[in-house]
Amino acid sequence: MEASIFHSVTLDQTKCKGCTNCLKRCPTEAIRVHDGKAQIIGAKCIDCGECIRVCAYHAKVAVTDPLSILDKYKYKIALPAPTLYGQFKKLESIDALLNGLLNIGFDDVYEVAKGADIITKNVKEDTTIQKKRGPLISSACPTIIRLIQVRFPELLENIVNYISPMEAAAKISKKEFAEKHNVDIKEIGAFFITPCPSKATAIKSPNGFDKSAVDGAISILDIYGSLSAALNMEIDELPKRASKHGVRWALSGGESDALDNGNAISVDGINNVIEVLEAIEDGKLSNIDFFEGLACVGGCVGGALAFENGFIARERIKKLSENLPDAVPYSKEEMAGFDFKLDYPIKPNEVLQLDKDFSIAIKKLEQIEEITANLPGFDCGSCGAPSCRALAEDIVNKRAGEMDCVFKLREKVRVLAQEMIDFSYEAGLDSEKNDKSNNDEEVDG
Amino acid sequence: MEELRVNEYNLKDIYTIEAGNFVTAGEASSNIKTLLKRLGVNSSKLRNIAIASYEAEINLVIHSKGGQMELLVSPNEVIIKIDDIGPGIENIELAMKEGYSTAPDSIRVMGFGAGMGLSNMRNNADDFKIESKLGEGTHICMKFNI
Repeated sequence: MEASIFHSVTLDQTKCKGCTNCLKRCPTEAIRVHDGKAQIIGAKCIDCGECIRVCAYHAKVAVTDPLSILDKYKYKIALPAPTLYGQFKKLESIDALLNGLLNIGFDDVYEVAKGADIITKNVKEDTTIQKKRGPLISSACPTIIRLIQVRFPELLENIVNYISPMEAAAKISKKEFAEKHNVDIKEIGAFFITPCPSKATAIKSPNGFDKSAVDGAISILDIYGSLSAALNMEIDELPKRASKHGVRWALSGGESDALDNGNAISVDGINNVIEVLEAIEDGKLSNIDFFEGLACVGGCVGGALAFENGFIARERIKKLSENLPDAVPYSKEEMAGFDFKLDYPIKPNEVLQLDKDFSIAIKKLEQIEEITANLPGFDCGSCGAPSCRALAEDIVNKRAGEMDCVFKLREKVRVLAQEMIDFSYEAGLDSEKNDKSNNDEEVDG
Repeated sequence: MEELRVNEYNLKDIYTIEAGNFVTAGEASSNIKTLLKRLGVNSSKLRNIAIASYEAEINLVIHSKGGQMELLVSPNEVIIKIDDIGPGIENIELAMKEGYSTAPDSIRVMGFGAGMGLSNMRNNADDFKIESKLGEGTHICMKFNI
């Protein structure tokens, strides 16, 4: 079930201070703080990495594969995300970088930007793709796909039914390598050099097909040091390079420019994406043909595992790709043996549904509204839930109690204290009153 | 006005809509949408309700002197009632026509007033009733089978 899917974004318990920074930032309200530690609700997490960015204690971490995973395979292919091109100040050509990857031990390197070229070409030429209600939605960003599964299930039918450039690159590169060197494809490992945790999740728990062709995700941050040192070596010119458009998929708007197909809108930053998806839902974007939504600000260059600031990387990538060809480096014939479509439609994630039974869901909703109305409405997060409403929902689902609210607790303590005082009078425990009554007794006696 | 047959409704919500207030415009329909998602209303139907309720709300903000939207939910249907306090529609038939709009230029430059509002609402609802009296107000009732 969804609850047990792998997530790259995880918590380092020892570093977590139990503050509320991540709590407030999570776009799917997937975090709670209990007993002084954050907890990620796996079924709701979309691996956007917002919590990683905001955590001052570095307690939120992205689990990617360690470099030792390379040892599991006889032959290793590097699949660099185009974002990697923008990480090095002194890099003068993309070739120097690709050669650098060979220098640090990869047997081959295949640009994911080439995968982007190929996906673009296929989508462009696919006449079976029809505009549904609202624009076609890009399938490039796995976090946005998961966001739609959780918050906008009615828009799932609009998602382009093609695999990501990363998957395409893995499929093609492994086959090409196996044929060229006459080796068993099982001995080849293809590793994505990733700018984001979400891709690591997408490899382990793919959407729309069962098994990823990618064998591991290596964080840009993990490879940065060794790769920087290996850049300035002799440059061999590599055959079949990605086009300018493929490389610019790393930037917000890049995919739309590459597709160049009718009216497109490109949106980056998870909260901006949510706003525009809301608008699509409301029927406000009926004049738009293609929607490109990327979870990170600036696009993949803004990924949580990128070393360089996204805006700086953006300029570098633009410059490095300036003189690249416009044309896709593959002919239709060369692509004939591959299937780049998803195997099945992406399914909704019903985790936000209050109950499978509609009547019970209505009842719960009523209770939530009632409880919310009685909470202070500060959305302070002190209870461990991101908002008063979220706490109300947790209370209804018996995962929290009203006394988790510090304001409710204070009020209750005040009332109890008053009751104690009142009771002490009633029971004759008040010392002054007691003395007095004792005296009275004496007099009486 | 002729009421749609009303069942026992388990959930009732009322949203007040202010005329000319573009700060809050869209909030009521957004709330309705969120709420129905939590209840697990079918995706395709939710789309219809989202479009129709957004149009209704924006209509109220632009054209009316203010009013309210009422949401009624039962396990079988969702009803959205819209009542405003004026000015009322002179010719409903004309107003229902696609492309017809009385919106002033100041509204059109904001991207509204394309004259699709009422027809869009009718097209998305399973049942659509409208009644209006000039100088009094407009009452709309939309029903969605879920």
